[in-house]
Amino acid sequence: MMDFLTNDLLQLSDSAVRNAIPLLLACLAGLYSERAGIFDIGLEGKMLVAAFAAGAFSAIAGMPIADGGWDMGAWSVWIGLGAAIIASTVFSMIHAFASITLRGNQLISGVAINFFAAGITVLIGQYWFRMGGQTPQLRAGQRFEPITLPFADSLKDVPVIGDIYFKLISGHNIIVYMGFAIVALTWWVLYRTRFGLRMRAVGENPGAVDTAGISVVKLRYSALIITGILCGLAGAYLSLGTAAAGFGKDMTAGRGFIALAALIFAKWKPISAMWATLLFGMLEAIGNKYQTVDLGFVVLPGQFMQALPYILTVVILAGFVGKAIPPKAGGEPYVKER
Amino acid sequence: MNKNLPKWVDLGLIPVLTLLLAFAVSGLVVLSIGQDPIEVVKVMLNGAFNPYGIGHTLYFTTNFIFTGLAVAVAFHAKLFNIGGEGQAGIAGVGVALVMLSYDWPHWSIALLVGTIAAMAFGAAWAAIPAYLQAKRGSHIVITTIMFNLIGSALIGYLVVGPMQGEGSQPQSERFPSSASLPDFHEIFGWFGLEFAKHAPANISFFIALIAAVLVWILIWKTRLGYEMRAFGHSEKAAVYAGISPLKITMIAMLVSGALSGLMAVNTVQGDAERLLLGSVEGAGFIGIAVALMGRSHPVGVLLAAFLFGILTQGGAELQFELGIPAQMITVIQALIIMFTGSLENLVRIPMERLFIRAGKGATS
Amino acid sequence: MSSTTNNAGRLDAAAPAIELIGISKAFGSVQANKDISMVVAKGAIHGIVGENGAGKSTLMSILYGFYKADSGSVKIDGVLTQINDSHDAIAAGIGMVHQHFMLVDNFTVLENVVLGAEDGALLGPSLRKARKELKRLADEYELDVDPDALVEDISVGFQQRVEILKALYRQAEILILDEPTGVLTPDEADHLFRILRNLKAQGKTIVIITHKLREIMDVTDSVSVMRRGEMTKTIATSTTSPEDLAEAMVGRRVLLEVNKKPAEVGETVMQIKGLSVTDVHGVQRLKNVSFELKRGEILGIAGVAGNGQSELLEVISGIGAATSGEVLLHGEAIDISPKANAGMRRQRGIGHVPEDRHQRGLVMPFMTWENTAFGYHNEPEYCGKFGLANQKFMKQDAREKMERFDIRPPIPQLVASHFSGGNQQKIVLAREIERNPDVLLIGQPTRGVDIGAIEFIHQQIVNLRDSGKAILLVSVELDEIQALSDRILVMFDGVIQGERLPEDTNEGELGLLMAGVDPETKS
Repeated sequence: MMDFLTNDLLQLSDSAVRNAIPLLLACLAGLYSERAGIFDIGLEGKMLVAAFAAGAFSAIAGMPIADGGWDMGAWSVWIGLGAAIIASTVFSMIHAFASITLRGNQLISGVAINFFAAGITVLIGQYWFRMGGQTPQLRAGQRFEPITLPFADSLKDVPVIGDIYFKLISGHNIIVYMGFAIVALTWWVLYRTRFGLRMRAVGENPGAVDTAGISVVKLRYSALIITGILCGLAGAYLSLGTAAAGFGKDMTAGRGFIALAALIFAKWKPISAMWATLLFGMLEAIGNKYQTVDLGFVVLPGQFMQALPYILTVVILAGFVGKAIPPKAGGEPYVKER
Repeated sequence: MNKNLPKWVDLGLIPVLTLLLAFAVSGLVVLSIGQDPIEVVKVMLNGAFNPYGIGHTLYFTTNFIFTGLAVAVAFHAKLFNIGGEGQAGIAGVGVALVMLSYDWPHWSIALLVGTIAAMAFGAAWAAIPAYLQAKRGSHIVITTIMFNLIGSALIGYLVVGPMQGEGSQPQSERFPSSASLPDFHEIFGWFGLEFAKHAPANISFFIALIAAVLVWILIWKTRLGYEMRAFGHSEKAAVYAGISPLKITMIAMLVSGALSGLMAVNTVQGDAERLLLGSVEGAGFIGIAVALMGRSHPVGVLLAAFLFGILTQGGAELQFELGIPAQMITVIQALIIMFTGSLENLVRIPMERLFIRAGKGATS
Repeated sequence: MSSTTNNAGRLDAAAPAIELIGISKAFGSVQANKDISMVVAKGAIHGIVGENGAGKSTLMSILYGFYKADSGSVKIDGVLTQINDSHDAIAAGIGMVHQHFMLVDNFTVLENVVLGAEDGALLGPSLRKARKELKRLADEYELDVDPDALVEDISVGFQQRVEILKALYRQAEILILDEPTGVLTPDEADHLFRILRNLKAQGKTIVIITHKLREIMDVTDSVSVMRRGEMTKTIATSTTSPEDLAEAMVGRRVLLEVNKKPAEVGETVMQIKGLSVTDVHGVQRLKNVSFELKRGEILGIAGVAGNGQSELLEVISGIGAATSGEVLLHGEAIDISPKANAGMRRQRGIGHVPEDRHQRGLVMPFMTWENTAFGYHNEPEYCGKFGLANQKFMKQDAREKMERFDIRPPIPQLVASHFSGGNQQKIVLAREIERNPDVLLIGQPTRGVDIGAIEFIHQQIVNLRDSGKAILLVSVELDEIQALSDRILVMFDGVIQGERLPEDTNEGELGLLMAGVDPETKS
């Protein structure tokens, strides 16, 4: 039993954290967008294009100049991260232009962005690297390395606490820690700053914001820039911060939709978003570790774990357990009343 | 749709202009990966229309007619069914279940039963999101997305679990040969005409055409369609007229799900003859583009589905001939969805200005 | 005089607070404001009256920067001021309380007040400052509201105070109120007027848009009248009378004398017994309402909008459900539970011309032949085989209805949005009247309808009465009620405040009843 707790549970929790991070960042990205009144089902696409940009540019930046690279050594990973953020933000701005400026259908724009990302990443990837849409395997300096937190080594042998500190809390890469920091930051921005107040208002009643002398358009664009940056981080994590060490086609594998589910599950609140994505990350970890889960009275297949986040979201949406009420102005382009 | 614009502009000119814009941007993408757009168009058209290719083109067209009609029917009731992917997938399970359970005396009976199974399973997979939307106000876009993903997990489980056939492949047993549907080679043969062998286009294509006619009758000629359109334009007016929102939401989504489901007759029964992983391959989403471009009218849907059929088959040829990944087509599809869907105002707003000005000039 | 020459930007104590010069604004082909000029003296309460759609709200929305004028200019305190958006208006010291409040429902009062008027990037200091300021304003102007209450939890009267507080917090010197009493109880309205007088005493300038003449006479110093996008006159309130203003509002005195003979009232057709409706927010909209409706009579229901008339129509027509009570038709109870629907009512012979023809009465993108069967589309004559619609008959039927009701242009293939308001209303009326219902419910029959069509519509209603049908007429236009009704009920706050016969009463008495005052007891 002790063994299960210290080994299996810790290992599962550790995987859960790793699985949760891209979900968490994408979920927070969606939070900014939807809190500002813009539906975003294009999180998946933005993450994907970011993952590609990160993998591609980190690889190019790290290549020797002779091979057509930039020979930037340990800086490569940061070039990759920057490229991811830029690519994702450009996509986010296309969504903004369609949804805010042209008052187009936000759902359709999201669908288009997902498709576009799925196609363009492979097209360009193949053109640049000729590896069937993959990017080259990333080496040290081209990816984010685990960080050993202070005293982790010396505390390693302390029972329980040392285990937790060494195995669970320490040893992740920088984006993991950034992810949790961004949760706190988002909470603070949302509830403690002028920008947060205005953003929450514009998602509920843009008319109130407009008549208060604030530009609805600027506010929504700003929110979507943040969405772009956070999706960029989420995507970069996938190709630069996981064992994949590079981009593979369709590598987001539906994470953008799980993030969307988590956002609803969390009722558009940042702290809850963290718990929701950790829960979903845990489900994924269990699904990966065990082919089947034997609960004694029923044996669940691994695919059930995979589907559980979606099932939970439907249950929440149906309002059987605590109704999720989305921001009121979500999905509707703002038009001054006539 | 818009009282400022003549019908031919709204239904003809704007779709064509947005499509041209999408193609123009696609051309830029082609240039950016170091290819010649003219060459690409040539290869695609040749790939789509050569005697063998046309059989594939029509096969894909069949899929897109079904999913396009599905989205269109829901659109008329102002419901956005983004769940075609899941509905078609689950319908495939239904088709496989019935096909594997009997040895059929004749393909026509297998076709009839397969059609019913596909419609029933597709509709069933749409029923829960529809009910939750009508009764609990859960956003149907989100629930249908969730049901796509749940469906894909379910199929993933079935093809490696209870329904797995012999061998280690994630697929079901092959259907008995009595379930196999006549393909175009065979059908053309009945009339003494030639059609290339081994092309996947099959009798389902004609079912798709019949479905288009039936949808046209449903929407424009029946009282039910009248109620759906009234509900789609104004829920308040529908309630005033004694039309039940629950009933219309359910029926529209069930019909939509059944239409998506019919795609499985084409893919699972007509082509693969077994249940496979990922047999829908994004056709559910392409249905959105098809319905948008076709302005939710069956004739428009047929034309748009054919266009996407050409693109899909032509795109496959790009890989053989020019080494361009098939994802080129995904990009073009995305651009079409974007320009005809979310960026349509890019064309529409200038058009409206133009016509308001022209209208003023004419009256003053 | 000095105001037109003072371009130096110097404050001029004698300059008017607001000066609008030649304002014009068109929406598409509709000219909402035509070359309007208006002057409001500093420290005055100025009224703008006019009928629905006269262009009052558009004019004030231009002043507040919500819309941009096509031409014309604005001077504030004698200084030419460019107002491009609400931000500019606020900077110029203008505040506006919109007819539909611009509040964020799930924000607290405090957050709503601070929104857009924060002092810095962090919220804390702004909220603390606003809390203090709110307390001061509350003491000064009787504007107390709990700063920590959520807006969705407080009554509309309080929500309006939040809107006024928002403007004052932004140090507005000019306050515009658009139809401020439409949603208020009489007590709340009185309170509002006290606040306005208070503000005036502090030197603020107030513009109030309304169509209620009594309020104008009560509270304003000067008044402008608008009609069809034009300003017809501006005058000191003390030198005018409600009669004069009414005439200026409607142009020529509309002869609302409807050509009708005395009613031949028959037996009771419908009985309403103790009807109550509580809405989703838990607000009781209809309180124990009872009355009878007889053959051959027009029963008019007068009242300010939002006093329960809409709910009454909704329950009887089957659109909405009642919380308690009974509705009897020919002595038989009809289903008023949530399970009922409007189709059931039509089958029982209850027709309904709804208050809102754009949202309910017509499907705007539908062609006329589709609209003339709307709601009756499952009746046998409209049905074809196999669930099809009998479109040939529907078109034929539409053509005949268009001819009998003089609907122009008489083209059944034209969609509803192409017709003028009057012709749209005639489409609805043709549909409902030609079914020959035992009871016809009519809400706001002439809202947004041109004068020519009004007379026609009124005549149709009277003809239906004369053929022995029972008609329940709801209208916020008092003269319409007076001209058409054989009996008048006045509704106030969900209650029937009084019943009068048109020949035994007058506008003054009805007006008092509509304001919740019983003239007999004067309480």
